Amino acid sequence: MLAYIVRRLVAVVVMLLVVTLVTFGIFFLVPKLTGGDPAALFAGRQADPTAIAGIRRKLGLDAPVIVQYARFIWGLVAGRDYANGADVTHCAAPCFGYSFKTEQPVWPLLTDRFPVTFSLAVGACVLWLVVGVGTGVLSALRRGSLWDRTAMTAALAGVSLPIYFTGMLALAVFTYKLHWLTVSYVPFTQNPFAWARGLLLPWIVLAFLYAAMYARLTRATMLEILGEDYIRTARAKGLAEPVVIRRHALRATMTPVLTILGLDLGALVGGAILTETTFSLQGLGQAAVRAISDQDLPVILGVTLVAAFFVIAANLVVDLLYAVVDPRVRLT
Amino acid sequence: MTDESEVFLSVRDLKVHFPTDDGLVKAVDGLSFELARGRTLGIVGESGSGKSVTSLAVMGLHGVGQYGRGRARISGEIHLDGQELTGADPDSVRRLRGREMAMIFQDPLSSLHPYYTVGTQISEAYRVHHPVTKAAARTRAVELLGRVGIPQPDRRFDDYPHQFSGGMRQRVMIAMALVNNPDLLIADEPTTALDVTVQAQILDLIRDLQQEFGSAVIVITHDLGVVAELADDILVMYAGRCVERGPAERVFYTPQHPYTWGLLGSMPRFDRERSERLTPVRGAPPSLINVPSGCAFHPRCPHADLTGGASRSTVPELREVAERHFAACHLPVADRNRIWEASR
Ligand SMILES: Nc1ncnc2c1ncn2[C@@H]1O[C@H](COP(=O)(O)OP(=O)(O)OP(=O)(O)O)[C@@H](O)[C@H]1O
Ligand code: SF4
Ligand SMILES: [Mg+2]
Repeated sequence: MLAYIVRRLVAVVVMLLVVTLVTFGIFFLVPKLTGGDPAALFAGRQADPTAIAGIRRKLGLDAPVIVQYARFIWGLVAGRDYANGADVTHCAAPCFGYSFKTEQPVWPLLTDRFPVTFSLAVGACVLWLVVGVGTGVLSALRRGSLWDRTAMTAALAGVSLPIYFTGMLALAVFTYKLHWLTVSYVPFTQNPFAWARGLLLPWIVLAFLYAAMYARLTRATMLEILGEDYIRTARAKGLAEPVVIRRHALRATMTPVLTILGLDLGALVGGAILTETTFSLQGLGQAAVRAISDQDLPVILGVTLVAAFFVIAANLVVDLLYAVVDPRVRLT
Repeated sequence: MTDESEVFLSVRDLKVHFPTDDGLVKAVDGLSFELARGRTLGIVGESGSGKSVTSLAVMGLHGVGQYGRGRARISGEIHLDGQELTGADPDSVRRLRGREMAMIFQDPLSSLHPYYTVGTQISEAYRVHHPVTKAAARTRAVELLGRVGIPQPDRRFDDYPHQFSGGMRQRVMIAMALVNNPDLLIADEPTTALDVTVQAQILDLIRDLQQEFGSAVIVITHDLGVVAELADDILVMYAGRCVERGPAERVFYTPQHPYTWGLLGSMPRFDRERSERLTPVRGAPPSLINVPSGCAFHPRCPHADLTGGASRSTVPELREVAERHFAACHLPVADRNRIWEASR
């Protein structure tokens, strides 16, 4: 088990290195192809050529790509100094460099934005798990009933409506018309209640989409599991049906749900762009959109790395949980 | 099955019908039999003849977990130790399940929950019916695991089903079934999924345990060989009905139904050439929605023409041809005996 975790962690580091390499490669090529100059971007509009040259030297943009990449990685691990002669700026580890656009260090930007996206994803996830799995189980147990048909129709709507549509609709109704909820981000540590209240609407909208998928998945899985031989065995023991469902059917139903959950949660942190844009939340997704349009390489790199880290970490956690749930899975 | 007072399980005119989109599936259609304590009944028949449906009906398992699908329509009477089950309240039947009557299924791997240790699963079966501590249930489970021949039962208690071989898994299932000392044990094709060598071991085990526990046992199989040494009585099922029933030695040596002849013909025998050994009953099992008229076996029966049309028009009654030996066939008994003798 421990050896497995260590091996997986090494794999995580390797994967992250590959991600940085690819991102670095792509965004190094883009300014080359479009003729943009990061140093000029950094220096501002009216800078004179000597200032631009100075900045280029200070940021190390005059070095070969490989060297720049190595310095970037080194900066992540140990921090780095940007120097142009006597003009030295220290960037502590983990150093993601400075935004070409705002000239601000990237790391604080990431730590600023990350909690927003994380809160959005985790809150929505809890909501959709409860609602989706609950609905799915009930639908399976009352197959063909009015409840089942209503829930599955709603679920179909949920999976087919795009998030910006439901988001806009929710905003229009609950915020602008009824004035019930406004969307804002208040850090959890500052005021948990305001935190939840400010994120409730995006949570509901996101959860509606995912709960719909999870309800359908749970229902289908549950029905399949209920037909399994070991469920018949459980009944043959004389267990009451609620116990059969809870102890025997539900646990087996959770396995595929868990797998999908890891993927969804990871992807959500990496890609909550639509939701954040719809609700004007200053999360990672928003930062990424802006950075891409600004060709702001350090920010793009930073966001990509954090998102990739999260996707990979979520998968690792799921794999570990999977092994805990299903004893047949061997961690080797 | 000698004395009325000894009868422990009695099934009268059992019918289990399933409404489906294609029509009413008459999986079991008027089945009756009796079983005394300490005796073994072998139910034999081809795939789809209604053997499992019958055993699930006795266990009361058709009613639970249908979840919106067409429910089984069950009629007739099932008396277990004097208590009527088909009309009983489902919860009281549930309380009998696992305690008074237990069941072993065909495929032990899929019948055990993959996520729980075998010990947990056996303990659970015990604790449903006994308000005991975990530790006490564990002791009991380990005792049973040892009794069914699993080496180092205390250590294996904590293993998962996938860590056992097929035969060992079936032993686990047997331990689970016997943990509450049931008076009735139903084994539904307990050896079909196992290797031939393991099959014999499991059958031996069932026989030993029956002698020890004194339960009534129903062994279901499509292979007469399986019940040859195990069963006191044999019931041959065809298309949801009993076509022949009687003491095992009579059914084996003087079978009275052409379908039984076919089944016996398909048994491996030492005194025959290998090439003629396996001659299964020709033709396919009948539809249970449109059961053939008259004798359901007539489309496949080589002797149907000898009955002057009765085979096609009239359902043959189950008639006693010798003491406690019943068969449902229009052929005169003398003709049957002649044909059977000639075929050997
Ligand atoms: N829930 C159900 N709904 C509809 N038909 C059913 C249902 N359960 C069983 N049947 C049908 O009843 C018939 C008898 O099934 P059963 O499982 O008792 O056969 P069997 O004798 O046990 O055969 P096998 O040797 O294959 O186990 C089959 O044709 C089967 O399709
Ligand atoms: S009644 Fe007729 S068809 Fe049926 S088994 Fe007897 S001879 Fe064959
Ligand atoms: Mg069967």
